[in-house]
Amino acid sequence: MAEHLARISPVTDLGMIALRGDLAAIADAAGMAAPDRTGIATDGPRSLAWMSPDEALLILPAPQTPEAVEALTLALDGQHALVADVSDARAVFDVIGPGAADVIAKLAPVDAAAMPQGHLRRTRMAQVATAIWRIEGGFRVIGFRSTGDYLGLILRNAAIAGSGLAPR
Amino acid sequence: MTHVPPFRLPRGGRLIDRSDQLGFRFDGRHLRGLRGDTLASALLANGQMMMGRSFKYHRPRGPVASGAEEPNALLGLGQGGRFEPNQRATTTALVPGMVTRSQNCWPSLDADIGAVNDWLSPLLPAGFYYKTFIHPRPFWKHVFEPVIRRSAGLGKAPTDPDPDLYEQAYGFADVVVVGGGIAGLQAARDAAAGGGSVTVLEQSPHWGGRTPIDHAGGQDAIDALLTDLRAMPGVTLRRNCMATGLYDHGYLIAREALADHDPNQGIPRQRLWRIRAGRVITATGALERPLSFACNDVPGVMLASAMRDFIDLHGVAPGQRIVVVTNNDDAYRTALIAADAGLDVAAIVDARPQATGDLPQAVRDRGIEVLTGSAIAKVKGRRHVEAVAICDQDGEGKITRTVECDAVAMSGGWSPVVHLYSHCGGKLTWDDAQALFRPDPDRPPLGADGQGIAQAVGAANGDLCCAGDLERPEGATMPVWVMPARAPHKLRAKMWLDYQNDVKVTDVELAAREGYASVEHTKRYTTLGMATDQGKLSNINGLAVLSGALDQPIPATGTTTFRPPYTPLTLATIAADARGEAFQPLRKTPMHGWHEAKGASWEPVGHWRRPYAYPQGAEDREAAVAREILAVRKGVGTLDASTLGKIVVKGPDAGRFMDMMYTNMMSTLKVGRCRYGLMCNENGFLMDDGVVARLSDDTWLCHTTTGGADRIHAHMEDWLQCEWWDWKVFTANLTEQYAQIAVAGPQARTLLERLNGSIDLSADALPFMAWAEGDLAGIPARIFRISFSGELSFEIAVPAARGLELWEKLHDAGADLGITPYGTEAMHVMRAEKGFIMIGDETDGTIIPQDLGLDWAISKKKADYIGKRAQRRLHMVDGTRWKLVGLQSLDGQVLPDGAYAATDQVNANGQRVTEGRVTSSYRSPTLDRPVAMGLVRHGPARMGQVLEFPMPSGAVMKARIVDPVFYDKEGSRLNG
Repeated sequence: MAEHLARISPVTDLGMIALRGDLAAIADAAGMAAPDRTGIATDGPRSLAWMSPDEALLILPAPQTPEAVEALTLALDGQHALVADVSDARAVFDVIGPGAADVIAKLAPVDAAAMPQGHLRRTRMAQVATAIWRIEGGFRVIGFRSTGDYLGLILRNAAIAGSGLAPR
Repeated sequence: MTHVPPFRLPRGGRLIDRSDQLGFRFDGRHLRGLRGDTLASALLANGQMMMGRSFKYHRPRGPVASGAEEPNALLGLGQGGRFEPNQRATTTALVPGMVTRSQNCWPSLDADIGAVNDWLSPLLPAGFYYKTFIHPRPFWKHVFEPVIRRSAGLGKAPTDPDPDLYEQAYGFADVVVVGGGIAGLQAARDAAAGGGSVTVLEQSPHWGGRTPIDHAGGQDAIDALLTDLRAMPGVTLRRNCMATGLYDHGYLIAREALADHDPNQGIPRQRLWRIRAGRVITATGALERPLSFACNDVPGVMLASAMRDFIDLHGVAPGQRIVVVTNNDDAYRTALIAADAGLDVAAIVDARPQATGDLPQAVRDRGIEVLTGSAIAKVKGRRHVEAVAICDQDGEGKITRTVECDAVAMSGGWSPVVHLYSHCGGKLTWDDAQALFRPDPDRPPLGADGQGIAQAVGAANGDLCCAGDLERPEGATMPVWVMPARAPHKLRAKMWLDYQNDVKVTDVELAAREGYASVEHTKRYTTLGMATDQGKLSNINGLAVLSGALDQPIPATGTTTFRPPYTPLTLATIAADARGEAFQPLRKTPMHGWHEAKGASWEPVGHWRRPYAYPQGAEDREAAVAREILAVRKGVGTLDASTLGKIVVKGPDAGRFMDMMYTNMMSTLKVGRCRYGLMCNENGFLMDDGVVARLSDDTWLCHTTTGGADRIHAHMEDWLQCEWWDWKVFTANLTEQYAQIAVAGPQARTLLERLNGSIDLSADALPFMAWAEGDLAGIPARIFRISFSGELSFEIAVPAARGLELWEKLHDAGADLGITPYGTEAMHVMRAEKGFIMIGDETDGTIIPQDLGLDWAISKKKADYIGKRAQRRLHMVDGTRWKLVGLQSLDGQVLPDGAYAATDQVNANGQRVTEGRVTSSYRSPTLDRPVAMGLVRHGPARMGQVLEFPMPSGAVMKARIVDPVFYDKEGSRLNG
């Protein structure tokens, strides 16, 4: 039996903090470069993603989250901003393998193969909202916790061996 | 002459592998074909010309075409869950072990009882059903329709679930070329030369279309193009992929066959492509038209192009002796290919007065007789062709001679495949010189920028000789819509236009006489073009006949509408992966697995599954609900409330915003306190409710109903982004960040205090409608002292990942207190006992808070809130609006939910005038009697009066109007 198009693995050690406010101020408070529109800027273990003109998402190792929430809240004190820990609201999967782009292309209305590094796409996969960006060897997909089982199932279904999108 | 059935030629057949024999079954018979065969060619090779029966008259039918346009050779394919009806034998590749069966015949294809319809055909003209079965009126529904339905339809629907896999994929390309014939491949090469991505879709497994068959050197030309294309970057060549529809904005749907009829591969059977194309080039070729002569449907009469396909591609001959009938030069190619294959070509019957071109000359050079100005008066034979009777085309059908033959190759000219071009608005123009509709380049389907998104090339554009240097000059086609030109009724009544639906020339003419001047009406009246082939062969001939009958030019008649899909798509392909567990995303709370393990009986709430109740042992749901309620009222219970919406609203203008969102005053809520709030839409109607907690000076937390979380968040953002864009307010939907557990019952505090937390839960420290933050059992928690059950109650929010941990700790610690998980139904009943309203029960989108006696939750001080002005409309302040009351059933029976109270009066329609309805109704385990709420005209002013609720059975239930609070009116239980 041929290999699956990609390995689908749940990721459970990520923290995520939703930040609303002035993006430059948020980046400043996070000590990160401000991401470009639709971009995701990575610095060491942390990434800061552009979610909307007034919303960013800080992605970091889970154990650092409570401290980061506190620090960001403090740093943004006095400004119009909102800091919320959303780590537990999410389900995260890594899609790694040579056919990873095919798996994404079966589920999201996105030109996955052409998606550049450093770009975060807010989209949907089949019937659920997701965000997708490139990581080493494939893609990282975040969705909502309540539909995590569904997201894992459709990703595995899309990755079945022999179902690559290359013309046959 | 002895009739020769179809057979495999000793040589030839470019697609078949004679060394690889494949066994298959047809109507139970074991047959053998070759790898590379289609089902049609394999059946022909086995001498089987008859492959089905027509829909209405059950006439014997063989394949008339060799491709997607085939109307006759439709088979039932596969077994069990893989059975598929109406599969075209001409486009289905033969797979070893295939099981096929003929359709629309009983008891068998050879001896079909329904064929009696054919003898009755003079009695079954167009509109027969409409005219015959209209009287007496009730008979249609009860007698005629059931009988007709049983005999209608071609194949039978499968009864088992389809076990195959299907999937979809999204594609993107600057240019998509549909059709891998010579025109498509050339267009793709041109497009790719300009850079950008180019995708070529070919519906068949082979590239080149007709070119390799029709032109010497054709295959070499195609191979050269493919070599070029494969070397170009950005080019994708995809076979077995049929473009089924083109939609707005260059959205192209295509179906790729991956493992059709071959489940052993273990991969998805078909894939639905959803392609965003910058530009679409339709190189979809053209379809040959039949000629309308009498008995043009006898098995063995086929399109000239189809006959040479079978000979050239599959090495299959339709018979030994062939007659070609045509109005153009192209069909002469069939004579040449047949002669090359060693078959006898008895004659060419050419309707044109002369045929002097290159191809006719080449045929004459072979010694084949060419009869110009001639026509077929009639095909002789019933199950197979025995002979053709020849007459003058310009006449009434007087037979001049008879030519014996086994098969007839006919060509009435060609029609460009304009479907995709037309699907999203491209217009056609009538090409008088070639007698065909082709895409009008000045009126293409338009994109968002007003530019055309589709362009037709090659034969699809009416350029029938598009193979460049490979072409030989051809003489003009002469339009022939009826053969012979002045055929009498008797002949026209046997000229088939639509083979599958048995529509003949006389049917269309009858429709015209009966006033069906519009081609769309004629189509529906006669069923012309309404079969599974959607008129691919019959449309042009039919509308030409209609034009003749209406005595108007063809473009004045126009075409019917081309609609996707081009050929039928199996529903499974459209559903793709969305089946079984992946049918719909199920939302699960952090405690979902626990509920499942405890045997929860589920209730769908939006996409969530919530425990309705937890039946134990032999207990039914009703008993479980009663047990759960009593456990809460007497001890303590837990409810998984994680699905409730939790939206944070923060900012300098958040107070002002909250005052607009809710009918209550929320800006004055003190930090640390909670308030029950109502949300209305602009029309004043109640849309959601929930408890609001003030978290800090500039932050509020809004709880919404389970179904309302996303909707209310969107509602808030809508107002903030579109109306109050200058207000400094941010919102965040944190619904899934927290698990929330309601702990309710007189023992609730006792239980929580056992868990060792940092929060003082005493009534003084945490009074009703207060909240506090800290930790509980080592878990960071926010505890709200709110109650939807009327009992002492705490709702505890913890990070979702720790929800199950807290839930289990509660159950461990509360075992001796009789802690009981309760479901949504217990919650519903308990709130009804307390007279609390429920969004969706007491409200239905037409209810304002004032109807529900919630005036106390509507601020009189605020200048405005969403819905305020609407609630001042005359109808909203009308004193006769139905208002909320309690209803006490007089006989101890539970009132049916939704039952209407009726007065003695009768309205203009003879119906009883209603004066109220039941909105919630339960048997209360707490009170051991029914409780109900309802909306009643002047309700609150009519306490003690008795209402009558007529039942469908004729019985009348009676209920007294009472206060809606049935239990603990003083609210003393809130404090435990």
